[in-house]
Amino acid sequence: MLKIENLEVTYGNIKAIKGISLEVNQGEIVTLIGSNGAGKSTTLRTISGILKPKSGSITFNGERIEGVEGHEIVAKGICQSPEGRRIFPKMTVDENLDLGAFLRNDKAEIKRDRQRVLELFPKLQERIDQKAGTMSGGEQQMLAVGRALMGSPKLLLLDEPSMGLAPVLVEMIFETIKKINDQGTTILLVEQNALAALNVADRAYVLESGSIKMSGKARDLISNDEVTKAYLGG
Amino acid sequence: MKFPTIKLRKKSKISKELKSFNQSKWIRGFTIAAAAIWVFYAFIVDLLPYSLSDFFQKWFPATTINESLVWVICALGLNIVVGYAGLLDLGFVAFWAIGGYCAGWFMSDFFHQTSIHFGSTAAPEQPGIHLSFWIVLLIGAIICALFGVLIGAPTLRLKSDYLALVTLGFGEIIPQIFYNGENIAGFNLSNGSKGISPVDNVGLFGKTLGPFDLDWKYLIFVCLAALMVFISLRIRSGRLGRAWLAIREDELAASMMGVPLMKSKLAAYAVGAFSGGIGGVAFATHVNGVFADRFSFSISIILLAMVVLGGMGNVWGVIVGALAIAWVNSTGLPAFGETVNNVLGTSINFPSYNFLLFGGILIFMMLYKREGLLPESRLKQILHETDDSTSNIGGH
Repeated sequence: MLKIENLEVTYGNIKAIKGISLEVNQGEIVTLIGSNGAGKSTTLRTISGILKPKSGSITFNGERIEGVEGHEIVAKGICQSPEGRRIFPKMTVDENLDLGAFLRNDKAEIKRDRQRVLELFPKLQERIDQKAGTMSGGEQQMLAVGRALMGSPKLLLLDEPSMGLAPVLVEMIFETIKKINDQGTTILLVEQNALAALNVADRAYVLESGSIKMSGKARDLISNDEVTKAYLGG
Repeated sequence: MKFPTIKLRKKSKISKELKSFNQSKWIRGFTIAAAAIWVFYAFIVDLLPYSLSDFFQKWFPATTINESLVWVICALGLNIVVGYAGLLDLGFVAFWAIGGYCAGWFMSDFFHQTSIHFGSTAAPEQPGIHLSFWIVLLIGAIICALFGVLIGAPTLRLKSDYLALVTLGFGEIIPQIFYNGENIAGFNLSNGSKGISPVDNVGLFGKTLGPFDLDWKYLIFVCLAALMVFISLRIRSGRLGRAWLAIREDELAASMMGVPLMKSKLAAYAVGAFSGGIGGVAFATHVNGVFADRFSFSISIILLAMVVLGGMGNVWGVIVGALAIAWVNSTGLPAFGETVNNVLGTSINFPSYNFLLFGGILIFMMLYKREGLLPESRLKQILHETDDSTSNIGGH
């Protein structure tokens, strides 16, 4: 579904991504783990068109999408729940969800997706007319994911959905991610919480200073010594 | 999970009904207020005893009201750029000037080499291009919108402060071109500092409205202002309006939702400039000409002050702000000064202190009422919230 080949991204002279290749297949949850500054978010931002790659290719459903404007990427079916949530704090939950479906015209479908999002996150239904900025961090994260889902993505990009959340909420978010995937959405998940990510993912790539160090089935990586040592605190 | 479904539908239906109710309500209220003022000035003022009619002549002359309406039209346009989309524009006078010169070019003897007449009130033997006021209105608006896109396309990628600087430059350059446009490689573009005057009368249902038919022109201007209100409210509740609000709050997040940033910003510029063009043409017929030295930087600042004073983003607030400042500037301050000077026997030149007053007002507003007199509900919250760290995590 999504295929990245030899991708290089630079910030000025600094190489953030040094020629990585990865692949996401239809129906999978693929996770990209690694420590701070490994280039995880940079990769996602490049996919969603916010950053332009220096070289390499990104192919989505057979179409080259590297360097395409951000809103066109959304139109092609890749929606992102960004790092730090970036919900619209002064808008209500309702308006935030509404903006998630900005490019869509199919009213009935939008209504159905809205219903689905509110079923996934019943908390959002309670807060529907509340200003999003006044909600707790966990609720804001739910909104960020829900808002991305309102774009009816074929591929959902999640950037650190567990950041800054209490453990019980982290668990809840990951359960929901699994549920979203079961409902048929392919997911590329970027996480620092490697254990939680590996538990929910099918496959994983380990990113270290801009290169892919390891990759494989998530359950194999959990038991891999190196991964355990570096990321799972074992 | 059936219960929330039902609840949800009911709610959205009610809010939709509320919305349409509000929309029809403003049209009624606006019409009544506009009609009342018209009836008052067209018929009642003349019947009043001298002392009363003199009071109105001094404090609220009809010409001031018409001029204020031109300010309202332009301020509503600036409000779309500044209030809705959150792009600071310090050069709005450029659009006012371009609109004005459209009236000068297409409604006067200026291009005396040719003689083109269409729907105009001018005598057919007059040289020059004479088009109907209504057509020129449209031409001025469209040319301004094009200029809005033209200036916007290369500059809108800039971040806020830098964008403001570029618009500032644009607002200086365009009037300077007109001011010095007497002889551009042998071509007289603008008649330089002499300006173009007079412009044709306005035709309305077979009537010919000269510069002193204030009552009828009031009706035209008030309709143009209503058109801008309608456009503002309509776009605001639609997709483009939502895109602007999203951009105002978080550009990056907006782009992640699929909001086309450049297109939306350009649209804001174009719509704003469109109203600047309408205001410019209307103003030219109001003062019966275009004069290059009128289009000074201070107009841009006064317009901005109107938007800020009234309440950025709120159409009604902006109208109140525009009427108030336009009145103070053209009548309130001079009349007040005259009264004070008469009573105290002094000779202070009050109108020359207008910028001191505006500066004072702006400082006062920023200190005590940052959201303006009639704030937009959303903005009020932004400005009165203490730093909310949870909503700004990762805001880089």
